Amino acid sequence: MAPLPAFDVIRRSATSMPAPTPGRSVEVAKLIDASRCIGCKACQSACIEWNDLKPEIGENVGVYDNPHDLTPNNFTLMRFAEWENPANGNLEWLIRKDGCMHCEDPGCLKACPAPGAIVQYSNGIVDFQKENCIGCGYCVKGCPFNIPRISQTEHKAFKCTLCSDRVAVGQIPACAKACPTNAITFGTKAEMIAHSEKRVKDLKSRGFDKAGLYNPPGVSGTHVMYVLHHADRPQLYAGLAENPRISPLVEVWKGVAKYAGLAVIGLSVAAGALHHMLAGANRVSPEDEANAEKLAGGPKT
Amino acid sequence: MTIEKSTGAPLKVHRYSGAARINHWITAISFVLLWLSGLALFHPSLYGLTALFGGGEMMRWLHPWIGVVLSISFLGLFLRFFTANLPERTDWKWLTSVRAVLSGHEENLPEVGKYNAGQKAVFWGMAVLIPVMLVSGIGLWDAGLVYVGATLGFKPTIDMQRWAALVHAAAGILTIVIWIVHVYAAIWVRGTISAMTEGKVTGGWAWRHHRKWLRKEVAEHKVGSNA
Repeated sequence: MAPLPAFDVIRRSATSMPAPTPGRSVEVAKLIDASRCIGCKACQSACIEWNDLKPEIGENVGVYDNPHDLTPNNFTLMRFAEWENPANGNLEWLIRKDGCMHCEDPGCLKACPAPGAIVQYSNGIVDFQKENCIGCGYCVKGCPFNIPRISQTEHKAFKCTLCSDRVAVGQIPACAKACPTNAITFGTKAEMIAHSEKRVKDLKSRGFDKAGLYNPPGVSGTHVMYVLHHADRPQLYAGLAENPRISPLVEVWKGVAKYAGLAVIGLSVAAGALHHMLAGANRVSPEDEANAEKLAGGPKT
Repeated sequence: MTIEKSTGAPLKVHRYSGAARINHWITAISFVLLWLSGLALFHPSLYGLTALFGGGEMMRWLHPWIGVVLSISFLGLFLRFFTANLPERTDWKWLTSVRAVLSGHEENLPEVGKYNAGQKAVFWGMAVLIPVMLVSGIGLWDAGLVYVGATLGFKPTIDMQRWAALVHAAAGILTIVIWIVHVYAAIWVRGTISAMTEGKVTGGWAWRHHRKWLRKEVAEHKVGSNA
């Protein structure tokens, strides 16, 4: 693909002032076609290699998922689900490459308290900036997809970067480069939507009449999208969120609570200052002292 | 408890032991450090407060441990003071006489024991909110959760962690408001602060603000002269 324009930051975590508006550059997207995935894990290996990750050696507990979950050292994971289709009795092996979805409205960024620890570029990529991350884990609470992981050794948050370093120089992400079946493609978001339409049409002609594109509107769309044979039931794909959105709890916490909280504190201080100005100090009078002395009685010996 | 009465100087009444004062100041210092570091993460415009703690990462590490110190320290205060803070019939009269309280016309209020109803409200407010802060705080504390998971086998869901974040923030704001009331009252009611610095107040202060307590101290011969 042709090199995309160099990207600017359009959103920055925990930053009150509006970001400079460089104008939106071409939005990129990764399209993952679950119907073409053969579960070879080449994408996982390529991700580990490009990002120089060192995942721990795990333990085989008799499932294909390896490792068992996303980790700070493993940004993408093939999740394997077996499903018996009641319509035709077929056993379907639904494999989904899990990882950051690069939401257009990123919950992680909304929740992050450290200025500039999470940024969104004008091409849509959501990236963690390690040098600004304090390891608080708020991004984990903000994410509607349960993606970020906190390293217990580095105490920083990690997730898929959509190979922002590769994309910046006109390369496609490592996982897409490694995929042997073209299940992972990368390009502009418009191209990927157009490509998905062809794929969905093909799947429908093959009997998957509920095939469709997963580009959830609850987070204003994502820059990682899926083609699913059963787009009406994303839960089948190892629990892919049906209607992902930033949790209302996070919206309240990072929205109204922030302003209401500071206002309540400010008003309390102001009320104290005002009361002191109006009422004056509450002083003990000489009569109070005399009354106390009288109550206590004269000096004893 | 002793009184010191020398000619000219006002009568002094002992209010807090040295141990109680140390306990109070450990709690107070921890609380101030906690609200400074907590507010730093509460609003981006206050993130600069992290500099007081050696930066965001250091502060993120330190805040929960200060919380542990505060929780233990406050437990000490709770055990020391809860009997004196049990509600009485006259508290209601005190609470409903807002005008007399705010204007300092204590002659229109019932005589008060060691603590008035406002002080009791501060005490019980903190007694409820600090455990809430502790539990919700552990829910936000990565290292704490690893420990809880290893010892109790409990791992909160992400939604529980979201609740923890919201509850921690809301309870934190309330504790700060209570703290403002507490500090303001100590400043407004002159002569109060010596109770926590020297452990003593003047007889006049006790007569004016806590007459029932003063009568009890006198009756028990804890106040007289050179007792």
